[in-house]
Amino acid sequence: MPDAVARLEPISYNTVAEPRIAIHSLDFYYGTNHALKSVSLDFPDRQTTAMIGPSGCGKSTLLRVLNRMYDLYPGQRAEGEVLLDGENIITPNTDINRLRRRVGMVFQKPTPFPKTIYENVAFGVRLHERLSRAAMDERVESSLVRAALWDEVKDKLSASALALSGGQQQRLCIARTIAVRPQVILLDEPTSALDPLSTLKIEELIAELKRDFTIVIVTHNMQQAARCADRVAFFYLGEVVEVADATQMFTAPRERRTQEYITGRFG
Amino acid sequence: MPDESRHILSSFEADLSRLRDMIAAMGGLVETELADAVTALLSHDTALAARVVEVDARVDAEEHAIEQFAIRLLALRQPVANDLRQVVAALKVTTDLERVGDYAANVAKRTMVLNDGTTAYPLASLAQMSRLVQENLKSTMDAVGEADPAKALGVWRADQMIDDLYTTIFRELITYMMEDPRNISACTHLLFIAKNLERIGDHATNIAELTYYAATGETLPDTRPKGDLSAFYTRPVST
Repeated sequence: MPDAVARLEPISYNTVAEPRIAIHSLDFYYGTNHALKSVSLDFPDRQTTAMIGPSGCGKSTLLRVLNRMYDLYPGQRAEGEVLLDGENIITPNTDINRLRRRVGMVFQKPTPFPKTIYENVAFGVRLHERLSRAAMDERVESSLVRAALWDEVKDKLSASALALSGGQQQRLCIARTIAVRPQVILLDEPTSALDPLSTLKIEELIAELKRDFTIVIVTHNMQQAARCADRVAFFYLGEVVEVADATQMFTAPRERRTQEYITGRFG
Repeated sequence: MPDESRHILSSFEADLSRLRDMIAAMGGLVETELADAVTALLSHDTALAARVVEVDARVDAEEHAIEQFAIRLLALRQPVANDLRQVVAALKVTTDLERVGDYAANVAKRTMVLNDGTTAYPLASLAQMSRLVQENLKSTMDAVGEADPAKALGVWRADQMIDDLYTTIFRELITYMMEDPRNISACTHLLFIAKNLERIGDHATNIAELTYYAATGETLPDTRPKGDLSAFYTRPVST
């Protein structure tokens, strides 16, 4: 058994893959609070990277850097390099709208607009593209199909999105995100408000979406990281303690702090 | 691992500690079983041999209990990292220990058969081999108890000596059989006894490997240099 575990190759981890996002020496400040300390981390294309760590360790902060969400708040600033396809996205001259089209985000609680199901998906697309009615119909349908929601909503596209269940709303948010054809999808604890079966549907969806996108997920659920991720990064006090493929991380982590955290012996 | 910080869930910590205790207890039982089997063999004690055979049923029951407990831990606690390695190793160690018990019981059964006969047979080499095997098993169980990879590695390497002795005994017994065919029956039993002891050494090696893995997360190489050359033995070299 030990030998077999050692021989298991991570299913899709490819060390030669060009990272979609490469972070070099990133520091982040909330005013005077130094929240990320010289973080260096890669997010390879077509892989799922999970970020785990105790509350306040900086994982959600990093997610907010990746699509410049922190710009909305004064006093928050990032220093260093966050290269998306080689281009530093934290410089002042980055086109934020273009960036957020390329880097989509799904939040902890489903955030559907109080509009129809159709409009929820079409809304973001309209900000970036002018599509004919037929092309938009097609885009909405394909996005809902990709988000594994189409069969459940195809007969009620003009119904309010708020009538959907929590799990359906979260898949709708994923459909809305992929409708604008991003390169990267950020998921911030996307299933923490969902029941176990809805959670598994989202995880199944993540496995499916990985074929076309770079996926970064923040989760407090260790088993979820183990189930979903190719690579796992453990954050603690604003630093990356360890990055490893999921098998390594959950059978034989290298760092003692990682081991103590994932086995529940922290602090 | 005594120097580790404790689990936030104290009941989980208690379960892991209980699993370690169960393995240690089963190891102790098997060590005693083997010691008694060897004593019975060397002192021609049929009554003691019979008790060894009875004790083996208890070893089997222990194995079953540990297995059930480990499965419960996996299902309810979903351990990861060192905890996971510890539970998986316990599951496998218990199987190895059960096999050691079986071999000890087999030594005892053959002892009873040997004691029925009248043929004198040599026991000095077997005494030496059984002492080494017992020492190895004890060091192995110490390594398990202390989760000590260095000690486990020592046992893993020490099995070589046992293999060498086995090859020697194999040749010795064949010589006896060739000298006088009336020795064949007794010597065949002794050969099996030697083989049983050699297999016990191999299981101790397995347990050492598992202990090393549980403690470090690293695996030892697949092939340990093998000293048992009996498979290549055809006939004594005449001079």
